[in-house]
Amino acid sequence: MRSFFSCLFVAFFLLGPSAFSQVNGAELDARAREIGQSLRCVVCQNQSIDESDAPLAQDMRKLVKKRLIAGDSNADVIAFMRETYGDYVLLKPPVQRNTYPLWGLPFLILIVGLTWFFISGSKKRSQTTDKEETSIK
Amino acid sequence: MRGLIPLIVFGVIAIALAIGLTNDPRRMEDMLIDQPFPEFSLPTLYEPETQHSKSDIQNQVSLINVFGSWCVTCIVEHPVLMNIAETETVRLIGHNWRDERDKAITWLARQGNPYDSIIFDPDSTLAISLGVTAAPETFITDKQGRIRYKHSGDITEKDWETVLKPLIESLQAE
Repeated sequence: MRSFFSCLFVAFFLLGPSAFSQVNGAELDARAREIGQSLRCVVCQNQSIDESDAPLAQDMRKLVKKRLIAGDSNADVIAFMRETYGDYVLLKPPVQRNTYPLWGLPFLILIVGLTWFFISGSKKRSQTTDKEETSIK
Repeated sequence: MRGLIPLIVFGVIAIALAIGLTNDPRRMEDMLIDQPFPEFSLPTLYEPETQHSKSDIQNQVSLINVFGSWCVTCIVEHPVLMNIAETETVRLIGHNWRDERDKAITWLARQGNPYDSIIFDPDSTLAISLGVTAAPETFITDKQGRIRYKHSGDITEKDWETVLKPLIESLQAE
């Protein structure tokens, strides 16, 4: 009885729930995971399909693997998913016309901030007298 | 003038946040509108040996409804589909998604079967090609087998009367 349970225990760990656990070439698994990490699970908003437990994410993982086995490149698989789910399925938004503001804004704010900082700083310096400067430690 | 700068900055941020907050993250761009229905080959629900494929979608306007026995909203939607089936305005195709065959058959025996035929898709093969994210979801295809409309969530009587039925009639007249 005890040995039965310990067997069960070991089997449980050997047959993990992940769709990637079927050993079928470590390289393929690594590629599937890499793709899985860049694809958004479309039912759970902000998880990749690699880390999501949603049933649809499991099916997407299986499909990614199936396509890799069929000889697709990583880019092919991602393009296929993008065809049906749109840019939404990409966790990292691509740099394209409609995302320029998204990528550009932080740099723009940084430039504006630095400009403002230096302009106002140089103004202040020209206004302060020597006396004040020595009093500011 | 200088005093206005914080106000302007606040205004810009407020507008940006307002836009962000009113965006529904669940609303996704429909990539497949006007695209041909994806190629597939899947068994029918009642006859595992019979394969359904894209050719079954062509030649007439069809309403493809994604459902599952596990899906609660589908029960809410079901009477509407039964009514649509009664009016016989359109071919109804069921897309049984992520379900078990016997559970689905039992569910339909209890709820009634509005569908002319049912595609059995336990592994989301077709669902992923269609960009399905949740059930119920409904697609309307034209005579050429192109997807012309997608409805996420349940179809209400009002949706049917005001949106889907007029669209189907105009597609049938094409």
